[in-house]
Amino acid sequence: MTLQVIAAIILALSLAYLYSNLAANLRAAGLNISFGFLNSSAGYDINQTLIDYNSQSSNLRAAVVGILNTLLVAFLACITATIFGVIAGVLRLSNNWLVRKLMAVYVEIFRNIPVLIWIIIIFTIMTAVMPSPRDFRGDTPASSMLFDLFAFTNRGVYVPGPYFTRGFGGGEGSALNWVLVIAVLVGSFFATRFLTARANRIQEATGVRPNTLWTNLAIWILPISIFCLIFGLTWDIPALKGFNFGGGIKIGGPLIALWFALSIYTGAFIAENVRAGIQAVSKGQTEAAAALGIRPRRVMSLVVLPQALRVIIPPLISQYLNITKNSSLAIAVGYADITATLGGITLNQTGRAIECVLLLMLFYLVISLTISAVMNVYNNAMKLKER
Amino acid sequence: MSDTHEHSVAFVRTTEIPQQPAPMNAAGPVKWMRENLFPTWANALLTVAAIYVIYLILSATLPWIFGGLWTTSSLAECREVLQGKSAACFSVLTERWNQLLFGFKYPSDMYWRPTLALVLMFVALAPVLFFDLPRKLLIATILYPFIAYWLIWGGTVLTPIFALVGFAVGYVVYSRFVARNFALALSGGVAAAMVAWYIGSLIVSLIAPETPLLEAVPSRDLGGFMLNMMLGLTCVSLSVPLGIALALGRQSSMPLIKWICVVFIEFIRGVPLITLLFVASVMLAYFFPPEATVDLFLRVVIMITMFSSAYIAEVIRGGLAALPKGQYEAADSLGLDYAQAMRLIILPQALKISIPGIVNIAVGLFKDTTLVSVISMFDLVGMIRGPILASTDWNGVYWELLGFAALLFFVVCYGISQYSQWLERRLATDHR
Repeated sequence: MTLQVIAAIILALSLAYLYSNLAANLRAAGLNISFGFLNSSAGYDINQTLIDYNSQSSNLRAAVVGILNTLLVAFLACITATIFGVIAGVLRLSNNWLVRKLMAVYVEIFRNIPVLIWIIIIFTIMTAVMPSPRDFRGDTPASSMLFDLFAFTNRGVYVPGPYFTRGFGGGEGSALNWVLVIAVLVGSFFATRFLTARANRIQEATGVRPNTLWTNLAIWILPISIFCLIFGLTWDIPALKGFNFGGGIKIGGPLIALWFALSIYTGAFIAENVRAGIQAVSKGQTEAAAALGIRPRRVMSLVVLPQALRVIIPPLISQYLNITKNSSLAIAVGYADITATLGGITLNQTGRAIECVLLLMLFYLVISLTISAVMNVYNNAMKLKER
Repeated sequence: MSDTHEHSVAFVRTTEIPQQPAPMNAAGPVKWMRENLFPTWANALLTVAAIYVIYLILSATLPWIFGGLWTTSSLAECREVLQGKSAACFSVLTERWNQLLFGFKYPSDMYWRPTLALVLMFVALAPVLFFDLPRKLLIATILYPFIAYWLIWGGTVLTPIFALVGFAVGYVVYSRFVARNFALALSGGVAAAMVAWYIGSLIVSLIAPETPLLEAVPSRDLGGFMLNMMLGLTCVSLSVPLGIALALGRQSSMPLIKWICVVFIEFIRGVPLITLLFVASVMLAYFFPPEATVDLFLRVVIMITMFSSAYIAEVIRGGLAALPKGQYEAADSLGLDYAQAMRLIILPQALKISIPGIVNIAVGLFKDTTLVSVISMFDLVGMIRGPILASTDWNGVYWELLGFAALLFFVVCYGISQYSQWLERRLATDHR
């Protein structure tokens, strides 16, 4: 009890000391704490935005652009890192000696070199090695587009962009079209879920499982293709216009560098998690499944993977958290994420260091706490049910 | 019975046939290759693909590396010598070697000082890392921070001596009272050390010589890989004790202390290191007394130490949680108080379990020291991206420089993780 009182006094004293220092320093510098700067015009341009933005927009809007960019790169990197990690992790357990060693080298090299160096290396590839749009011109161009669809230039990668000629919102198209696309896909998802459940019921009742592969494929493919036909899906192919490419979707070099570097770096960590997860399933489980006469492929999907996932998912989610936090390195390559807009340019232009850094930390805290809340829910659901 | 064969079989061999070697494809390298490289068709395809990938990588890099130039004085000269051939221009490493290691401001006639500090570092770390060595070597470890500080920053030798004296006074006071009350002894020790430091700083300002033995180097002149090493080593060694304290605080039954530790740990773990570095570079100065000027190096050390101590605290909490409850109860039943139980029974076991985790954090922290280049400190990455690539001589030698940086970090981090695996095997006292 006495110790707690002492701790409380020390805490209160040090907080008061820090606060008095802060107040004295702010008074000396003629500053005050105020968030009014968020509404004033930002005055700088951002080259890659997901929502409308120009240099007249407010600092708040610049911060929102940054938040969306952070979430975008984190989302993309989570998906690709998982793919890389699962492939490398499974291949590390392959019975092929060469592949096993190759994957071990991949994991060790990427885990032991700072992610910042990887980001810079890939950014350098994107800017210094890729051809400039000029090289695509002329009768015998120095570089050409991949399949006439993709252009890899030092200003970014241009990919065909889909749009609907007969959709809502006329030629420009509106977001409603894409909401409808997602709605159709979600519908297909639930339809296949229903079909699988029905197949399970029939199997329970009769012992014979109806073949669901073709109906499932049809449910996935048919509605979306009909939808696209009705709305007139067209691809906007990038093409050289003047000194640069026009049309299609431009993915900027910084985004690609950050995305790819985070993916391969985190992929190496995920590979180790996947390997540990699969190895954690005891061999007796595989043997017992084999003794029950289950075929090898179904042993993997019905026995080993469900148990391995319980081990793999928690570290996987914390790797996702790491990706989100490491995406703040965007500032090193000039990708306009929240750290670069709010914590970089806005901070330097307005001089509101304390407010900007606090908001920045708040954003990352909210993300982390959300993800750990999700993780706790998952862990409780997946916990071994013990009596 | 013995004569039955004489009538039934025409020939019976009476000597043994010498053992034959196994068939070609069932032994030796052929068998190994059949089993490990070409067991099935799909696997054979995978092998061929892997060989092709290795060939692609090696054929692109090996000629580039072995054709490299080491002695030219600029990239233009490299290009002239190579005449369009693709090969490395490693001369940037030889020419800028000192800048890469020590930064571009550290006085060049004093490079021996950080080099000596590096050599002494191995002496100081040896008894910590390999505990078969005689325990007396630990004295070197205790003295090392003060010697290294003096070597790298220079200035009067009195400063580190009085710092050491302060610690000694604190320790004497602590050990005098620890038998009676741990908390009292600890706070008494801290207070005594504070008093000793205060008196020491007065004495130093009075009698410090005009021209010290080693010329003082301001910490903004530090740079290069030296800066990474210094940040990594300082922050790890400071954050382990802090992490232990935080972990114990989080386990504590006192709600206030537990609450402080939980908020601190969760806050730090929830934000990226870069935002903490922003705090160090633009915000922390507001929280110091207006007349104090705390240099950037110290501010960065404070923030990185806080960062890694939160992670280390979580690792150690895992170790504490992994101990069976019987250990705590056994300590209680022996009549040990909290401090004794922790020091003699709980922590030695919990720390042993946490060592791999702590080493992982240390490796991650060492890699993260490169982030200081974002707040314009010239560490290895900062040197490469700043002064070296911006200079007219070497504008455009990306791969040699980045490859060198990657190699340095790889060697150190891989070494540390191999050491940790060795240590884990060494410490495995169960299941033998």
